Amino acid sequence: MTRIDDTFTRLRADGRKAFVSYIMGGDPDHATALELMKGLPGAGVDIIELGVPFTDPMADGPTIQAAGQRALAAGQTLEKTLDMVRAFREGDTTTPIVLMGYYNPIYNRGVEQFLKDAVSAGVDGLIVVDLPPEEDDELCIPAQAAGLNFIRLATPTTDDRRLPAVLKNTSGFVYYVSITGITGAAAAQAGDVGPEVARIKSATDLPVIVGFGINTPDSAAAIAAVADGAVVGSAIVKMVGEGRPVPEVLAFVAGLAEGAHRA
Amino acid sequence: MPDDLINSFMNGPDEKGRFGIFGGRFVSETLMPLILELEAEYERAKTDDSFWAQMDDLWTHYVGRPSPLYFAERLTEDLGGAKIYMKRDELNHTGAHKINNVLGQILLAMRMGKTRIIAETGAGQHGVATATVCARFGLKCIVYMGAHDVERQKPNVFRMKLLGAEVVPVTSGRGTLKDAMNDALRDWVTNVRDTFYCIGTVAGPHPYPAMVRDFQSIIGKEVRTQMMEREGRLPDSLVAAIGGGSNAMGLFHPFLDDPSVRIIGVEAGGKGVDDRMEHCASLTGGRPGVLHGNRTYLLQDADGQILEGHSISAGLDYPGIGPEHSWLHETGRAEYVSITDDEALAAFQRCCALEGIIPALEPSHALAHVIKIAPTLPADHLLVMNMCGRGDKDIFTVARHLGFDMEG
Repeated sequence: MTRIDDTFTRLRADGRKAFVSYIMGGDPDHATALELMKGLPGAGVDIIELGVPFTDPMADGPTIQAAGQRALAAGQTLEKTLDMVRAFREGDTTTPIVLMGYYNPIYNRGVEQFLKDAVSAGVDGLIVVDLPPEEDDELCIPAQAAGLNFIRLATPTTDDRRLPAVLKNTSGFVYYVSITGITGAAAAQAGDVGPEVARIKSATDLPVIVGFGINTPDSAAAIAAVADGAVVGSAIVKMVGEGRPVPEVLAFVAGLAEGAHRA
Repeated sequence: MPDDLINSFMNGPDEKGRFGIFGGRFVSETLMPLILELEAEYERAKTDDSFWAQMDDLWTHYVGRPSPLYFAERLTEDLGGAKIYMKRDELNHTGAHKINNVLGQILLAMRMGKTRIIAETGAGQHGVATATVCARFGLKCIVYMGAHDVERQKPNVFRMKLLGAEVVPVTSGRGTLKDAMNDALRDWVTNVRDTFYCIGTVAGPHPYPAMVRDFQSIIGKEVRTQMMEREGRLPDSLVAAIGGGSNAMGLFHPFLDDPSVRIIGVEAGGKGVDDRMEHCASLTGGRPGVLHGNRTYLLQDADGQILEGHSISAGLDYPGIGPEHSWLHETGRAEYVSITDDEALAAFQRCCALEGIIPALEPSHALAHVIKIAPTLPADHLLVMNMCGRGDKDIFTVARHLGFDMEG
């Protein structure tokens, strides 16, 4: 059982949906990002996705691309992102942390070394966008052996024939990408998402969380109502990019969390 | 060197799309079903005689194949060593080897019922070839090109527009080929249902590296036949320039299992391969990593962040290399060297003056290496360099470097 499994057990017992929020590690700088991260649980965030910046984020839209560039320009590295997790864990031992990013910085560090460092820092799960099930031997299987959840993306192009392969080595939860597209793109419609979530849930007992295109408390509520929870990333990252103070960003996050929890 | 087919260098990739540890399918889930569909369609097409009959007809009557294997007599005399042949792929329709591959991919796209074609381009040669074939078949074409490259390759931008393509300048990152490829992948993820991504080099997720190689292998197959006709034996050395490495892979592949043939790939050394990293020599100055769907040698920093290279040639300005080259490098079957901007410029001018051929800056790198090694080789050594593109697109860049005022 990881912190992620515990969180869903607790939410289920309370009859509540999960609110997951994404921020970019080191954006706009290490200290500000850490302050924001520490404030997320208080704003109602159930699970934190912490972005690991990469120069070539091929699945991300302009908002998260810019966040990664700001973080890298401010000197963020994979090691410093793990530092954020270590610092966060000093004051919070229950909120799950999922690192989200691309494979090369991990591969570059060495999978074995990375997993050792991630576990000891207090990471609970990984989302690595450019590792489909076809590449499970690379990181997915070693990560689960090390006690981390490996959270897979399912998409509108993941058909019934392919779904079992996608779910096979997934743990923690399934992240349903509500559109074919990049982060921060067109809004997801709950009417389209509901049947897709039902299709995935008929094939797995894992919670299904929906992301991409959610940016208001109402859309968080509408999506969470047809799934086990909602993820918001770009809308939060955009405010960081505009230089809004941390309390203002957290107030926005609290509104989204309230929306998701209302569902 | 293997002497049986089981250990052949020509059997790759394996069923996971790997050449040794290189290659693979490192893409997001959204794209994965389409990649598998493409692989299946390519496997069907490969053994379909009607597909190859259509390719042969277009290669002959639209592209102008076979391209000549030309004996560069004056350059040979001037260098006083190996007998130098040039494979004249710059004489193809659109002026480079790129169209060999584009034709194959567009025919596949049509078999798959895709109506919208996207491509990335650096120097613009692949973009022009894609726009050309799309015009020929009446398909919608969108070309992603780094904003920096749009500036330095204006003639090709205008060509693409004349051919009906939409050229999208890419401003993310530093606005070069790598960033154009990122934006093409983002487009593909968004429009995956009706869109075919026509990749211009032997890189990307499996099956692209193998598929593009197979389409470009027409170059090496022709050289084999032509050299047998001219000299009655195989060449002794092959030399080709490498950005992603498609012209080189096309020349090399049919000779991989001929141990007597020495194979040399030439990377862009920019301002010199040293720790300033102002070059694009992925094999000489990089290490293995994962980018754009495959594992291969990459220019990267200590944190695994991808570095922007530098080359005078926009077509070589890419921080990676096709995965099969990484494998040939590690197995030692092929050697990889680098040539600086200045050496390439000198070779460019020497080729114009001695052979009456204006080469592109990309093959000028290969030629510069030929100029280095030919004098050390005996007169009966048969050396083939791939003249993979013509230099019309580069005259502005060269003029600037030589201090010639094109405006005045």
